[in-house]
Amino acid sequence: MLLQMNSITKSYGNVTANSNVNFTLQKGEIHALVGENGAGKTTLMRILYGMESPTSGEIVLNGKPVTFENPTDAIRHQIGMVHQHFMLFPTFTISENIVIGREPSKGIGFDRKTAAMETEQLGKQFGMPIDPWKKVADCSLGMQQRVEILKVLHQGAEIIILDEPTGVLTPLEVKELLIAIKTLASQGKSFILISHKLQEIMDVADRITVLRDGKVTGTVFSKDTNAEQLSRLMVGRDLIHISRNATEVGQAVLDLEGISVRGSKTKPLLSDVNLHVNEGEIVGIAGISGNGQSELIQAISGLLKPDEGMIKLLGQDVTGAPVGAIRQIGLAHIPEDRYQWGVAKDATVTENGLMGHTGKHQKYGVLGGQGIRQMVSEWVERFGIKTGSLSTKAQYLSGGNLQKLIVARELAQKTPFLIAAEPTRGVDVGAMEIIHGELLKKRDEGGAILLISSELTEILKLSDRILVMFEGMIVGELNAAEATEEHISLLMAGGRAVG
Amino acid sequence: MDQIFDVSLFASTLRMITPILLAALGGAICARVGLFNVGLEGLVLIGAFSAIVGNHFTGNVFLAVLFAVFCSLLFSILFGYMSIQLKANVIVVGIALNFLALGLTTFSLRAVFNVKGAYYNKDMVGLPKWDIPVLKDIPWLGDVLSGHSPLVYLSLVLVVLLQLFLFKTVTGFRLLAAGENPTAAKSLGIKVTRIQYGAVLMCGVLCGLAGAQLSLGNVTMFTEGMTSGRGFIALVATMLGQSNPLGVAASSLLFGFMDALSIRLQGFALPTHFTMMLPYIVTIAAMLFFKDKGYMQEARKSNESSR
Repeated sequence: MLLQMNSITKSYGNVTANSNVNFTLQKGEIHALVGENGAGKTTLMRILYGMESPTSGEIVLNGKPVTFENPTDAIRHQIGMVHQHFMLFPTFTISENIVIGREPSKGIGFDRKTAAMETEQLGKQFGMPIDPWKKVADCSLGMQQRVEILKVLHQGAEIIILDEPTGVLTPLEVKELLIAIKTLASQGKSFILISHKLQEIMDVADRITVLRDGKVTGTVFSKDTNAEQLSRLMVGRDLIHISRNATEVGQAVLDLEGISVRGSKTKPLLSDVNLHVNEGEIVGIAGISGNGQSELIQAISGLLKPDEGMIKLLGQDVTGAPVGAIRQIGLAHIPEDRYQWGVAKDATVTENGLMGHTGKHQKYGVLGGQGIRQMVSEWVERFGIKTGSLSTKAQYLSGGNLQKLIVARELAQKTPFLIAAEPTRGVDVGAMEIIHGELLKKRDEGGAILLISSELTEILKLSDRILVMFEGMIVGELNAAEATEEHISLLMAGGRAVG
Repeated sequence: MDQIFDVSLFASTLRMITPILLAALGGAICARVGLFNVGLEGLVLIGAFSAIVGNHFTGNVFLAVLFAVFCSLLFSILFGYMSIQLKANVIVVGIALNFLALGLTTFSLRAVFNVKGAYYNKDMVGLPKWDIPVLKDIPWLGDVLSGHSPLVYLSLVLVVLLQLFLFKTVTGFRLLAAGENPTAAKSLGIKVTRIQYGAVLMCGVLCGLAGAQLSLGNVTMFTEGMTSGRGFIALVATMLGQSNPLGVAASSLLFGFMDALSIRLQGFALPTHFTMMLPYIVTIAAMLFFKDKGYMQEARKSNESSR
């Protein structure tokens, strides 16, 4: 056995993040670690990578017990980690990013030529070609992921920890990454893969360990299991299969006519977008991120003034109206980037929940008492938001829990129209189920929802109608009943709609 | 026009830029590790005062410069301790240091020399003037470039050395990394705190030299608040030069030239207060040119603290 983590326990005060966790890894194995947000996956890996020290338990590497004081120790023992949020230097070149910490040198000088040669060679050797002189800031996220993996390989890692590696990648990049992982594993590298996405894990992993509330609820071979069993182990109960009831589609709530946004570059960001969302309908917008979805959201919510066209909300012309006015008329907005648009990191859970609800809880301009805490604590309960208390700062919540808070807050606006952009990004299956359920409930009650997601499965599961965006244009419209993943993928990649 | 733009104007430009350039180089190093040092003004002022003190008590110019460097170094350690160790907001710390330096030098001026406003002693020896062999015999160029204090030449050499250090050495590379993304640098085992301290100390040394040039090179005296905003101009030079030593040198040259020009114009019929505005007008105009300071914002973001 290459690596054994024996009865690892980690507690912070009276919170136990890991309790008696056993985890093993063999040479050349891909071992997936799954579990809900806050189940203790990341803590366990931070212990392995020397970023935290366990309260009790031991790590045995190649038969010898080891302790890591810091990541440098772990790297020295050939353990490497690719973090969920990339640890890259955007203004540096690819080769600089890969060799940093162990730079080839001539005297005190940094030999960049040798570095470039080394890294190019490394890329070829592991089947991940790169352009060593390119700046990381100019690379796609998929390429950045590749740089991260090569960096870890350059450090000489035999065990590679990947924390949520596919979260930000396009479907094609995901495919490439999974192939690369398999190739590397066949060359003798071992992988620990943290992920939410059960399908990917079933595809790539040899063994799967499931964590729930800091405890191991099962370690299974992927060939002996299925997604249902895994979900059960993760959530502790069977998932309810959400079914969509047919609803009567009412009047148009949102109406976009010929919206265009010129970018600074030659290509327009949005060109002649026409769409409408009716009462009791979820309209899904599929597309690889960066094809105008962000601009579309910003145009509708009033953050960006379109250069041409008209936006009507509930029959009123809101083109270029202030954000506050549009929200007043009837818009709620689950933003795509929760840290940039969704929360204030230094504010508490209560304060973040109160945003946009201040009108209801004030008297003569003074915010009032019990109602606020009651409102937020009710959300915390209903959505199962894991937080220390209502006065915990938002930055200490995990991404998934923060997302749940935002969804709860925006749904509570009870507006006729809702923009849901990437509503379940980085959220575990249990929470995803809750959020999907709430969105469908809103639809059943006659709400109009515009769903923007880069997850095709989500689009297919929730939408009544599906629009596909490519390079700022709507290139296809499909009915939920007739849409297939293949068809949408083709449109997303710029293939023209046929029939 | 010929009366304004003559040899001595360019020669005095070179003298005027040295304090700005040295301080700006210090600021650039700090900016490169993600610490925006607003305290340059104070550091230079401390340097200027202690150079005079050192000169007064030792009578040796070399020891005076060393003493100036030592005092600025102490002051920069204070800046480093507050902003790196205690994670205080760098801007606040910088501003506090500026006022502390102003008060401290004014107070000490009275305590040490028992004078108000300015200290001047005709027996005090300033920095020597170096005549550069061969160069001094070239017409015009020799008059502009030769006959300056050693610190003037040192500052020019430092520009090149720093440029090489930052962009050609391994240590310089790691320094840039620590500034660009401290979290990532830490995860790679790079000693970010140590690098930040190193940068702050280097800045202290440079500001000490800047102060010495100000009080012993251009003139041989100290007046209250004699930096009169040069530290802030250096800060602008840092930003305008994108914290690149060569860029910083170029923008310092611009400000030094305006500084020299403003003094020169006082000899003409223009009101003194008008000519004194010139360097600052250029400073404001220069502000318009740097709007996008990408990497420093990145550094601040990834730091996720108040800085």
